[in-house]
Amino acid sequence: MADETRRMVITGTRKGLGKHLVEHYSRAGWEVIGCSRQPVDYSVPSYRHFSLDVADEAAVGEMFAEIGRDNGHVDVLINNAGIASMNHVLLTPLSTVADIFKTNVLGTFLFSRQAARLMSRRRFGRIVNIVTVATPLKLEGEAAYASSKAAVVALTEIMAREFSDLGITVNAVGPGPLDTDLIRKVRKDKIEKLLGQLAIKHLGEMTDVTNVIDFLIAPESGAVTGQTIYLGGA
Amino acid sequence: MSPDQPVVDAINSAIDDLNEILDSEERLGQSPEIALIGNDARLDSLGLVNLIVLVEEKIQQRFGVAITLVDERAMSQSKSPFRTLGSLTDFVEEQLNDHGR
Ligand SMILES: NC(=O)c1ccc[n+]([C@@H]2O[C@H](COP(=O)([O-])OP(=O)(O)OC[C@H]3O[C@@H](n4cnc5c(N)ncnc54)[C@H](OP(=O)(O)O)[C@@H]3O)[C@@H](O)[C@H]2O)c1
Repeated sequence: MADETRRMVITGTRKGLGKHLVEHYSRAGWEVIGCSRQPVDYSVPSYRHFSLDVADEAAVGEMFAEIGRDNGHVDVLINNAGIASMNHVLLTPLSTVADIFKTNVLGTFLFSRQAARLMSRRRFGRIVNIVTVATPLKLEGEAAYASSKAAVVALTEIMAREFSDLGITVNAVGPGPLDTDLIRKVRKDKIEKLLGQLAIKHLGEMTDVTNVIDFLIAPESGAVTGQTIYLGGA
Repeated sequence: MSPDQPVVDAINSAIDDLNEILDSEERLGQSPEIALIGNDARLDSLGLVNLIVLVEEKIQQRFGVAITLVDERAMSQSKSPFRTLGSLTDFVEEQLNDHGR
């Protein structure tokens, strides 16, 4: 009998948006598999965690091998793991830029490559990448972060084309500021200035993000691919 | 060196599965000279991707080893490990050996 479990892989699930996504989709009846470098300190029904770095090719290969064993499938991948840094280009060490690109770009590439292999077996898949309004707003101080997410937008658009015959859609969601650790280090006046550039001038909610993801991963959304949806009116 | 029979069997079984979903003019035989990319190839790029994923699946089922068949030279007409069925077989064996089979 075909395995009818709806299974989702989410990266960066220890805290912040990723943790919220685990709770939301687990509540909605999904079997969720997540990962982050450190283990999680919460427990959610039918949630399985892998402690790994999203850019570690061997570890990620093993993770998908385990998922794919005995015909295991994946319906949805959410590339959420991400890191940021606020700095002026002239003052930014190259190692910071390398770290940001490793997690945000290489991690997204690697997870998409491995997940699409499993999704192609059933000719169905939904990949959603988490990007940011920092890219279209061209925020000063976020050159490394915004350019890494611009790369993720390009990946989204090209993977949408390369994967379309495999029944896989690839889209991106770009939230405005959300109340997570990612922005806690950013000065309040910077956040206010950023919000001033958006149509909707207050912090976003986690549910704003899940609302768009719900739409993108719906079976009926097979004709929606290669799109980036920014929130807050960026 | 003649190829390892269990690897050949795994690849042939992937081809059988692939042929079930291909149109008759695209179906593949099982001889090592069969071209997988380039002008002589019957498969389009989607067909090749399907074959590669099926081969990985068969290898995992039969050898219990997960390999990911990716290569810098994948799209090269002269050096790609995906040139022919024979070169693909060699490549799979190499990957299995790297996994300490
Ligand atoms: N918060 C915002 O205002 C905002 C706005 C727009 C977009 N976003 C995007 O939303 C996503 C989630 O961010 P967040 O706000 O939830 O940030 P967060 O609270 O800092 O959480 C980041 C998560 O990613 C994991 N992670 C980081 N690097 C990793 C790596 N190399 N490998 C595996 N896991 C890794 C972290 O766990 P470990 O530390 O255990 O690895 C953590 O669970 C990011 O892609 C971010 O760019 C956030």
